[in-house]
Parts: sequence; C-alpha cells; structure tokens
Amino acid sequence: MDQLSTKWIIHLLFSLCFLGVSCNSVGKKIYVDLNNTVPCVRLLNATHQIGCQSSLSGNVGVLHVLESEENLDWVLDSGPNPPYMVILETPLFTRSIMMKLKNGSSRVAGVAFVVPNSNPAGGFSPHTSCPNENSGVYTEGYDPTLANCKNTVWNPLGSGLSYEDFDFPIFSLKDDNDTEVIRQCYIVHNRPVNGSTPRYPLCAMQLFSHMSAVTNTPTCMRRNDINFSISPEYVCDPLGDSNVWGSSRPLNNTAKGHKMWESVVIAAARLDSRSFFSNVAPGTESAVSGFVTLLAAAHALRNATQEAQPNRTILYAFFQGEAFDYIGSSRMVYDMEKNQFPLDMDNIHSVLEIGQVGLRSDSKLWLHTDPVSRRNATVNKEVEELIENLQLVARELNISGEEPNLSQPLPPSSFQRFLLNRPIPGVVLEDHRSEFYESMFDNREYLNITYPPELTPEEQLEYVTDTAKALTEVATMVGRALYKQAGGEDSQLKNINADSQIVRLVKIISINQNFFSNDRPLNLYVGVYQQASEPTALVHHLLANLTGSVLNITQENCNNQREDEEDKESKHVGHTAVFLLLAPPNSTERRGFCVRSTSRVFRALSPAFEEHNYTNKAYSTWTESRWKSIRGRIFLVASHELEMLTLGVGIGVLLTSLLLTYFISSKADILFSSAREPTNATY
Amino acid sequence: MTASVFFGCTFIAFGPAISLFLFTIAREPLRVIFLIAGAFFWLVSLLLASLVWFISVRISNMDNEAQQKGLLIFGVVLSVLLQEVFRFAYYKLLKKANEGLLALSQEETMPISIRQLAYVSGLGFGFMSGAFSVVNILADSVGPGTVGIHGDSQHYFLSSAFMTMAIILLHMFWGVVFFDACEKQCWWAVAAVVISHLTVSCLTFQNPEYVASLVPTYVILFLMGIWAFYSAGGSLRTLKLCLTCKDKDFLLANHRPR
Repeated sequence: MDQLSTKWIIHLLFSLCFLGVSCNSVGKKIYVDLNNTVPCVRLLNATHQIGCQSSLSGNVGVLHVLESEENLDWVLDSGPNPPYMVILETPLFTRSIMMKLKNGSSRVAGVAFVVPNSNPAGGFSPHTSCPNENSGVYTEGYDPTLANCKNTVWNPLGSGLSYEDFDFPIFSLKDDNDTEVIRQCYIVHNRPVNGSTPRYPLCAMQLFSHMSAVTNTPTCMRRNDINFSISPEYVCDPLGDSNVWGSSRPLNNTAKGHKMWESVVIAAARLDSRSFFSNVAPGTESAVSGFVTLLAAAHALRNATQEAQPNRTILYAFFQGEAFDYIGSSRMVYDMEKNQFPLDMDNIHSVLEIGQVGLRSDSKLWLHTDPVSRRNATVNKEVEELIENLQLVARELNISGEEPNLSQPLPPSSFQRFLLNRPIPGVVLEDHRSEFYESMFDNREYLNITYPPELTPEEQLEYVTDTAKALTEVATMVGRALYKQAGGEDSQLKNINADSQIVRLVKIISINQNFFSNDRPLNLYVGVYQQASEPTALVHHLLANLTGSVLNITQENCNNQREDEEDKESKHVGHTAVFLLLAPPNSTERRGFCVRSTSRVFRALSPAFEEHNYTNKAYSTWTESRWKSIRGRIFLVASHELEMLTLGVGIGVLLTSLLLTYFISSKADILFSSAREPTNATY
Repeated sequence: MTASVFFGCTFIAFGPAISLFLFTIAREPLRVIFLIAGAFFWLVSLLLASLVWFISVRISNMDNEAQQKGLLIFGVVLSVLLQEVFRFAYYKLLKKANEGLLALSQEETMPISIRQLAYVSGLGFGFMSGAFSVVNILADSVGPGTVGIHGDSQHYFLSSAFMTMAIILLHMFWGVVFFDACEKQCWWAVAAVVISHLTVSCLTFQNPEYVASLVPTYVILFLMGIWAFYSAGGSLRTLKLCLTCKDKDFLLANHRPR
C-alpha cells in the first residue's frame, strides 16, 4: 500500500510538470496559421521608401483568387465585400496589375503570391531596367549621352516593382498543402457562382507585416537617436556586411595608405543579389557565377604566383551590397581615399571585373570598357593591352571574347565606383542574358544545373555538368589573363588551369546541401549590417582554403595568429590564420585545420553612415526597417449584420434584466413574504 | 469576430448576473463577502475535479477516441458531483458561521438570513461557473475571425453565451432550493437538484446541435425558477399583489416593524 501510494504521488508530481498540454482551444477552431510565408519588407534611402507595409493589427481582407487581368474589376470596382486579399499566380505578377492594385488600395487589403515549382517562361525581373543608375559613374556631368541608360538598357525585362512603395502587405507562399487549403477555402466559400454575390460567411486572410520605419533614411536614423527610455527602440538599420579580399603576394596590413613600388591588378566580383521578397535571393547567375569563377581563378593562380612571381600583385576583391548602390565598392574606394586601406588609388594599375558569366550563348563573352575614360590616350593604351591579353588567352580556350560597340558604356558593375574617383583602365566580363535579373527565380534551374536522373546525391556532388565545364573555361581564361596582366611570363600560362571540381561549388551553393543543411539555396541578400550575410564567411574561408597553406598548429594558436606560445604577432604581416572545419574528400567526418593565407574581411558599410550624413546622394543610404512580427492566417468572417444583431441582443438582454431585477428587488418584501413566520426571526 | 460580438456575448452571458449583483448585493458588504466565498468554494471543487481528470487523461491512451470521450463524460459527472458536495459543505460552514456571528453581534436578530445566504451563495457559484465557461470563448471572439473554417457551426459564440446565462441563473436557483431542502431535511429535493444539474451538464454533449441542448436547458431553468420562487417564500398571491400594484395597501394593512 505504501509503495502504491508513493507511486501515485510520484505520478501526480510528474503529471503536474506536464504543463504544455495541447488541448482543443477555441482559437484552433477559428484560425489556420500559415507557415512558410515570405514577406516583402520596407527599405528606405535618402529620399524614398520602397517595399510594403501593413497596419499594426494586421490587414484583413476577403480572399479572391485572381483569374485574369479583367477579373481585377471584381476587386477594384464591383466586388461587394471589400477590402479584398488578392491571390496571384506567376503569370499575373506584372507591373500593370500591381500598379492597378496599388492605385485601388482602399479596396485591396494585401496580395499573396504563389511561387510556382518551376521558373516561369518569358523571364521575370522586379528590378529597374537601369540598375544603380544614380550611383554609377554615368551621370549628366560625366557624359550626358550615356547617363540613365540612354545608350543601352541593361535590364530590359525589369518591371521596377522592387522599387515601388505599397501600402498593403505582399507575401509569397510556397505551392504546398497550406496553399491548397487556401484555394479550397476560396472555392467553397468565396467563389461567385454565375455572377451571384457570394454569401457570408466568407473566407478571409490576415497578414501581419508592420514596419516601424517611414519616409526615408534621415527620418528613421533621427528616430533611432531618440532615447527616452532605458531600452531604446530602433526603427531601422543600415544595410551592409563585410567585403572579402586576398592577394597573390602578402601585403602589410598594418601599414595603411600608399605603398611605394606596389602596383596592383584588382580582380573583382560581387557577392550579393536581391529579389522582391526579403531574404530570398538565390542570385545564381547574377552573383554566384561571378564569384565562383574568381575563386577558381585564384586557386588556379596559386602555384604560378608562388613559383614565378609576376611583377604586380593581384588583389582578389569580393564586394558585398553591390545591388544597393554599390555599398562594398564605394566603401573600398572611400577607405583608399582616407588612407585606411593597405593600398591607395595610386597603387591600382588596372581592374578586371567578372560579372554574370554563367550563361554563354555561342561561347561568347563580352568585354566591356568605359568609352569616356578611353578618350585619354594613356588609359586607352592600357585598356587595349588588357583586351588584347584577354582575347589572346580566350582564343586558346575556344572562347570568343567580343568587344562591344566602342560607344557602349559599362554595365552596372563595381568598377564604375573606381572610375568615379579617377580614370583607371579596366574591363568587365559579362555574358548578357538577363531574364531573371535580381529575382527569386535566379536559381539553379536558370543555369541549367540538372543531373541525369539516375544519380544518387553523392554521385551528383561529383558529377560535372556542362555549366560547370563552361565556368571552368572562363575561370582558366580569367586566371591566365590576370597573370599576363600582372606581368607574368607567357611560358607559365599553360600551367594555369582551373579545377572543375572547384567550379562544382556553384552547384553546391545553389542547392545548399553541404554548407547549411537546409533545403533552400544560399541567400545572397546583404541584410542589415549587424547580421552576417551567408556568402561572406563562405567566400572568406573558401579563399583561405584555396590560396593558402595548411599549418600544423593548435586551434588556440591559430585563433591567436601565432605559431606557438613564443611567437610574436608582428612576424606575420600580410597573413591571417583561419581555422576551418572541412571534410576531406572521400569522407564525411569534418576535421579542423589551420590555414595561413592572405584572405581577409573588411567592413562594407556605406560611407554615408560613417560620416552620419544621410542626405548625401554620393553614397548608398539604404536602410532596412525593423518589424515586430510577420505572420499570416486564414479564417471565416461573418456578415456585419449578424455582428450587429448579436450586439443588439446582448444590450437587450442586459436592459431587460436590469429592469426586471430592479422591479423584483424593490418588491422583494412582498414577493417573498408568504412563508415568513412571525415568531421565527432567523428564518 | 469583432468587438461588437464580444460585447454582445458578454452582455448576454453576464447581463442578468450583473444586474442581480448591482441591485441586490453590491450595497451590503456582508453579502459581497459571502458571494466571494461561495465563488471560491466552487473554484476549489473545480480544481479537485480537474486534477482527477488531468491525471486520468495522462494515464490513458491519447489515441483512443472512445476512451477519451468516456473520460470526458466521467470528468463532467465527477465535476457536477463535486460541485454539489461543496455546496453542501458551504451550507454546513454557513450554519456554523451563523451561530458564531450571532454570538458576536450586539443585535438579537441575524444580520443575514439563511434564505439570503442561499441566494448569495448560489449566485457566487454561478458567477464563477459562468466565468470559467465563457471567458476564453469571449477572448477569442474579439479577433476578426468566426468559427467555421473546419466545418463547425457558426453560432458557437452566441449559443455559448446563452448557455452560460442559463447556467448562472440555474446555479442561483439550485442554491436556494438546496439550502431550503437542507434546512427542512428534505433529502429528495437535494437529490432532485443534483439530478437536474447532471441533466443540464450532460445535455451539453448534444453540441453542436445547439437547439437540442439549449431548449431543454431553458425548460429546466424555467421549472427550477418556479420551484426556487416557491421555496424562497413567494406564492401566486404575492405575485398577483405585486403585479396589480396593490402592494402598498397590503403593507399598510399588515404593518409590522421591519
């Protein structure tokens, strides 16, 4: 008996610990929460705000699945139950429909966009048709015939939707079970049959994405500075992250400013991308193809630059934040001007930038140059030499390096920020397909990264696709051209070959299987400065691994930048040690080892935020708003009449009961007197 | 659904109880104290019943639907029985307290009669029972949505509010009848109260057939109301007197000191 009661007591105490019981709450009868929603957030710059906003308590609207552009009439004019929450499929996510919704926004509560499982035919780009037109080198003062894309429109499919300001929330939903529930709810409750109005209760959706910042960056930064309370509330954060750079020869990092006798060839690529929706930016063609090619070229040059060092140093630079008015490259130029970088603008000999190179039709690669700086004879000579080097090397590899029309300006590229400072010779490599520029569809499908279906995942990792082969050729060409440009011997050129296994990184990155164990591609959005962006650490460590040498020291010594306890830090100028955890080939166990290389990061925050001058249009002033909660849910709504009826009945019951009670209590003596006995006072 | 539904349902559920409180109890501090004590007794009975149910659910097999339904019925019956046990316990406590109060007070007559205590304790039970029945439903009625996306009936909020109003008034009537029966040692009346309470609680298993559960509940409410009226000292004669406004003459004719 004793043991039994002890057992029961223990069981009782144990049960009391189980407080998280999932019961049938009323909320579950009413709402269905949406998982996997991706919102569009608000971004601000010096003069405008772009993006989407919802009200503080969420936007509620009756669901309507848009069938065609004519069907918009129901939403904007004839539908009897505004406001509406519009569900769009891909072919209808166009500028004209979105602008009509924006203009009729009193009847539109929000938009939900269903992402298809495969890329839409015909291309889709929400970016503007002339990207970064106000922060590049082509202004009215530089050359009026080339400003604002008058000569060439670089993104012809661009609808500019990313740069519009909507006052309703726009979410994107994956095409899965949740979306099927939404469609079913619409079909059962909301769909007008034969033109008749649908009857209550109707299916509705509520989206929460309230953004705290408004108007523009100077306003929100000023509001950040207001601190009346102990824990100040910030409303926005500047965009930014870190750039990665490395060199073929170690440079003394502590000595900033001009370096005597140092002449540098900069090989640049961009790391970031963006799309209409926040945190979805696969950027496979716009960014990944470029930086992977540069990494492969750096790896190919490792042996050649160590055995037969060329005259000039090659600087590998990977810029972050280029989609937002060139945050990274403007920061590097600014640091060079202010003597806070180990080099100076005078040290730069030439620039080779690798843009989008993943999709070459007919093996053609375009070599863009700046016509205005070429009017100067010395610069023109250098540029022609660079182009000649490139074309020579390309011919050996069966790539045809074409020069475009001499009056064509540079495409949007980081090189433009260097030109803003002074005329430097340079070339930008591009392939010129831009169907999905800066959109969520710029993914592996766009680059045709497909495998034969019978391969297992492990075999897929080893398989070299045609895209990888093509990129390997470009990487080899870039490596050889850089070596030649840096003054290296022609005899060494044939030893510089990019490894196709390195190039298969592009597949890994776009599938994202090894690095972050998630079933989604790498997110290349630069994000706010305080939050690390995904590709930066990846590229930093890859560059270290591919251009550095392994050291046999402990992790602690490695992190403290010394070889053993007595080692002094000043001995290793120009080098950093990075501790990497990687799996060697033929094994899945990750081991740690220390790599010494020249790979470094330095901050990529726009100079406007350094100087606290937020109206300065010379630099990027992009900030991202903060928000509290982002979520969505669907439910049924009842008619207004029923609600008012309920209130009326309630008030009626209250008034009746008040009257009755008053009446009864005032006559209580009489009403309840018949059983009273005069002698029994207690009863 | 929205604020209007929230206020509508609150007024429906708590309207009669609030008006009774305002007009009959709020001015007398002793009645307020006994009301709150009654509510507390109901709360303790619920705590015990829920403890037993919680442990039994934890022990049982969560996937067996029939077993869960059986456990729910068991929980409801146990809760009703425990509530009535605590009503009896409160009655005993009040009897003892009455003697003590009489000994303490200077006056010769009781400051509060057992009949008033019956009414007040019944209302206290009713308040607390109503609160636990309907407050979480009211909280969800403030949001923009209404019940129905999974196929449940749309009249959930309204019928819950009406049921709660019935339960609160029923508790008050049961209190009056129960205490009166205990005073007169009339045990069959006590059993009738318990059985009618069980009936009303088990009627809720008919939900979502709201008509089938609400209509019989209101019939029982009406009948219990009549019974409570008679055991509180009312009769058809006094009712006729009040309604035909002859009460003033009655008082003058039968004048006695209050």
